[in-house]
Amino acid sequence: MRRLARVAVAVGLIALAVGWFLTRPQAADLTGLDAMSGDVARGAWVFDAAGCASCHSAPEAEGDALRVLSGGRGFPSPFGTFYAPNISPSPDHGIGGWTVADLANAMLVGISPDGAHYYPAFPYISYSNARLQDIADLHAFMMTLPVSEQPNRSHDVGFPFSIRRGLGLWKLLNAGKGWVIEQPATDQIERGRYLVEALGHCAECHTPRDALGGLDRDRWMRGGPVPVGKGSFPPLVPSQLKWSAEDIAYYLETGFTPDFDSAGGAMVEVIQNTSRLPPEDRAAIAAYLKTLPDGSADE
Amino acid sequence: MKHKTLLSAAVICAIGGLALADSHAEGEFAKQIKARQAQMTIYSYNLGILGGMAKGEAEYDSEAAALAANNLAVATTIWMPSTWPQGSDNAATKGTRALPAIWEKFEDVGAKSQNLATAVAKLQESAGTDLDSLKAAIGPVGEACGACHKPYRAEK
Repeated sequence: MRRLARVAVAVGLIALAVGWFLTRPQAADLTGLDAMSGDVARGAWVFDAAGCASCHSAPEAEGDALRVLSGGRGFPSPFGTFYAPNISPSPDHGIGGWTVADLANAMLVGISPDGAHYYPAFPYISYSNARLQDIADLHAFMMTLPVSEQPNRSHDVGFPFSIRRGLGLWKLLNAGKGWVIEQPATDQIERGRYLVEALGHCAECHTPRDALGGLDRDRWMRGGPVPVGKGSFPPLVPSQLKWSAEDIAYYLETGFTPDFDSAGGAMVEVIQNTSRLPPEDRAAIAAYLKTLPDGSADE
Repeated sequence: MKHKTLLSAAVICAIGGLALADSHAEGEFAKQIKARQAQMTIYSYNLGILGGMAKGEAEYDSEAAALAANNLAVATTIWMPSTWPQGSDNAATKGTRALPAIWEKFEDVGAKSQNLATAVAKLQESAGTDLDSLKAAIGPVGEACGACHKPYRAEK
């Protein structure tokens, strides 16, 4: 009996050790990053394509205030409310002290400079496909933005989700999966894939999630409920979004649907970003969306 | 016989009621909701004419463009505060996506509709000039539409 107890304790300790090992925050592979220098102008393009301002500007910010990344917007979810942090170049409250490698680790694997897991309200699952050069450019651009000394607000997340280490397990299930569309047929579709799957992080709203909040890649871009409250994010697969590629590109430029209704809700801020991209980018996004599988073959 | 007449009257009323409900709005504020949605329909109809040209789906026609932009400008001057009664929001009634925030921030709604009028006035000046002027002026109109639909209209 005593022996059994000893074995049970040993097994328990091993399980804990394995769990601790599996959930440890791991840095990204940053080979080549040291040799890269950031280009501010290209970084502005990355900033728009990645939609940074749409979450990290102050609540209800408009116009020039969208470039002041003071944080503070709340994002309610079934797991609690997340508050976007200050990512202005303030050394005390923002990311003024971050190296390019710090930004790369945050975006690619969701870990902070002091080695903690970020919650996936920050869309690092999507950003994990971002190019290192783009992150270097983005870093250079972000350091030119206005400083805000707004302190960060803690997330309002209940147990057990309040234990950040547990996110290591979540990452085992959801991180590092690479592209959804593995072989884009043309260069234009590949460009669209980069903008939609990586920087634009469109799937974070337009793809349904499982019970633990992971993206259901088997139902890629088939729409999903808003995290809390009434309504849904529409599906973008061609069998359900019957707009032409030109319609999609025009919507991303002006916010007008083919019926000349206008975009609403969170999509308005997305369009503020996509309207600043070059026309080829909007056309590439449309081309990518038109090639998405609609699930009719596998269901 | 009298009963039959009453019954027919009831049926007619019921049919009339159904017809009124065709904008999906029901209840106390159905009329008001229908009227304010009609104003939006006039916006989108005229924007469709202008946008069709801007997108290259229709050939540029300076007269038709000027007329549509003019209609749009006139429509922005329609001011029917009685169609926005307290309680006609999506939490309290059906057939509308108007969020309760509208009634909490009525001043901001007013400022944003003023921005729409300003953007439409520019479009009115330029829509009949040439296609490039039309294209340049329609973007800010879309932005003004979105500025209100972001905080004040619910997702479908």
